Amino acid sequence: MASVEVSGLTVRRGGKLVLAGIDLSVPAGSVTGLLGPSGSGKTTLLRVLVGAQRFRSGRVQVLGRPAGHRSLRAEIGYTTQAPSVYPDLTARENVRYHAQLHGRPVGRVLQDVGLGGEADRLVRAMSGGQVSRVSLACALVGQPRLLLLDEPTVGLDPVLRRDLWALFRALAAGGVTVLVSSHVMDEATRCDRLLLLREGRLIAEDSPDNLLASTGATGMDDAFLRLVEGVPA
Amino acid sequence: MNAAFVAATTSRVLTQLRRDRRTIALVLVVPCLLLWLFHEVFADQPLVFQATAPAMLGVFPFVTMFLVTSVIMVRERTSGTLERLLTTPLGKADLVLGYALAFGLLAGVQALVAAGVALGLLGLDQPASVPVLLLLTVGNAVLGAALGLGLSALARTEFQAVQFMPAVVLPQFLLCGLLVPTDRMATWLDWLSRVLPLRYAVEGMDRLTGAAAVTGLVWRDLIVVLGCALVALLLGATTLRRTTA
Repeated sequence: MASVEVSGLTVRRGGKLVLAGIDLSVPAGSVTGLLGPSGSGKTTLLRVLVGAQRFRSGRVQVLGRPAGHRSLRAEIGYTTQAPSVYPDLTARENVRYHAQLHGRPVGRVLQDVGLGGEADRLVRAMSGGQVSRVSLACALVGQPRLLLLDEPTVGLDPVLRRDLWALFRALAAGGVTVLVSSHVMDEATRCDRLLLLREGRLIAEDSPDNLLASTGATGMDDAFLRLVEGVPA
Repeated sequence: MNAAFVAATTSRVLTQLRRDRRTIALVLVVPCLLLWLFHEVFADQPLVFQATAPAMLGVFPFVTMFLVTSVIMVRERTSGTLERLLTTPLGKADLVLGYALAFGLLAGVQALVAAGVALGLLGLDQPASVPVLLLLTVGNAVLGAALGLGLSALARTEFQAVQFMPAVVLPQFLLCGLLVPTDRMATWLDWLSRVLPLRYAVEGMDRLTGAAAVTGLVWRDLIVVLGCALVALLLGATTLRRTTA
């Protein structure tokens, strides 16, 4: 079963074609990577799924309902690329607010994102990587069925990146669908499935292994180049 | 409308305000200093202070809350926190009401302090009812907050938001009857002032101080102020957009 089903999605912003007739699906309980260079339309696609971006044409079903449906707001966790949390609150206070908006307990989400020891520090005083994890914790605390994460691992050291991917994996094992955007091709290998975007078009939708095999590439960067340049396998 | 969401928002905003000690100090101390300064400047004309101080008590919360709210809302809009909040179950009315309650509370404290100084230390004539005076003050504050909320939609930066203050506040300040009594203005100015809510805020304050009883006209002024605040809040809520084109 698919958590997200998109067909013929076209988005124009300010006269510019940002997404040009995209078809894709995201299987439930998977970790799916949305990859592509910056400006390829990743953020716009996530904003369509969360219901923040209007679209011209196409059909977008999220958890079996049209994108932006009122009832979906309780079931989706979303982080924006620039962490949208309050700098003048502590990590715990930010998370508590989102917990209250979902009627859920705060629980251990701050420990889950590796901020257990920083819970009472003001976000203003935190590093960029810590702030983005506070933002992630705010998305997790509502116990969503679908997580839409816009570049959550930017600026993190390799140890933290590995830990976060382990967390995404654990969430998916518990039935949560995780859609993660990234412009770092290395991260692709950690996903069950990949969606490759370029200039508003979907150029590939497959598992990492299949992508490597079908392009005959040695790594993800290479696979991307081969897809773009049409190099035969 | 969800009471738990409203309460969560109010408590979040109050926590943010509490962190900003300097703003709190300015909000509470500046009105008192201005009242005192006014008192001293007109030391040999005590009637001027008696005539003007009530109006000043009406104008302060309006101006302060307009500024604080418009800057905070521009911050919410530009930092992405607003867009994010609107993807959660939080309703627009919950958010707006949560803000209004937090600022109303701050304004209540401001009114208590300023009225305390004016009545207790500077010898302003006792009002017919202190609770009604405070209620009117909080109404003014919520009105200022609501206008700030709505106009923040027109500002892209905090700097622009601050520039709206003179544009929105000064005309009302000139026309509200504080500088020249409204019945001595040209007829068209008098009519113009009748559609601006600050006039009723100032009029209500005037009718309360030095009076023996709370008259029906005071209640009318209070209802006009609260009604305008409610309308401005509703209009403010419509400027919050869940989706962008």
